[in-house]
Amino acid sequence: MANSQSTFISVEQPEEGIVVLVPSADIDMSRSPELRSVLRQEMGRSVHKLIVDLDSVEYMDSSGLATLVEAMRNASGNKTKLVICNMNPKVSAIFEIARLDSFFSIVGSREEAISL
Amino acid sequence: MISRWIQNLRTTDPARNTHPMDQRPEIELRLTSDPMYLCGARELVACIARRIGFDDMDCAKIALAVDEALSNIIRHGYERAFDKPIWLGISPLKPSANTIGGIVIAIEDEAKQVDPCHMKGRDLDDIKPGGLGVHIIHEVMNDVSYEKRKGCGMRLVMTKYAPRPSDSPRLSDQAPSCKVTLNDRSPSRR
Repeated sequence: MANSQSTFISVEQPEEGIVVLVPSADIDMSRSPELRSVLRQEMGRSVHKLIVDLDSVEYMDSSGLATLVEAMRNASGNKTKLVICNMNPKVSAIFEIARLDSFFSIVGSREEAISL
Repeated sequence: MISRWIQNLRTTDPARNTHPMDQRPEIELRLTSDPMYLCGARELVACIARRIGFDDMDCAKIALAVDEALSNIIRHGYERAFDKPIWLGISPLKPSANTIGGIVIAIEDEAKQVDPCHMKGRDLDDIKPGGLGVHIIHEVMNDVSYEKRKGCGMRLVMTKYAPRPSDSPRLSDQAPSCKVTLNDRSPSRR
């Protein structure tokens, strides 16, 4: 497991070519720039799958959502698969309100995300 | 400032006629436009909403609407200047025939003014980062109104009603046998 410079996002590599980002706090306007920075950094590496594990994220606002939309677009251009997992119902609600739940690959667990 | 603010918070909907903001909001908070304080505003609003009777999901959504409103002020109104004032006012609504009450939230700033007609959510079919805040506010809250403050800044007033669950009995409907006395809960009765 390698830690990035981020204070609230750890970066793990469970398998060759797969990177898992694990934010450990709410993602709002004060923290989404950090998430964006880590996503860009990891996207620049040769990974074929980037997983964002939201298990420890109790809350996300539209700035977090915008960051993930941007990452999804960059991933498509990079031929990287971006998968989001372990969303709690409150975080899931914002994806639904913004009607972006079908735009992302969202699965229930990290294991599912790895095997997808 | 607060008196001018409250004057404009009075309801214009006589059918609902439950806004209690004829005098002052029951809670007033002044915060600086620094994103690090968003969490405090969210927690406060969610906590009050929970006491009013909203379920956990609605509390989270109301907090989200407030967060989006504050973030929009910081990002667009103040253009990311992190030392400007924002005022947040909260008042509960009394229960009515169809609700167990509700919450009125007013947010005021001294940022640049925008024509309220332009405060609209964007087309969601155009998937791109950003521009979701106003859509989320309208989706979550029952009533939303923007207006220019006299002089400078904007005012947002938003209301959410808590529907009365049809199957939950009111306190007055409960039989006397449901009463719990102090003795029933005393350690000596265990």
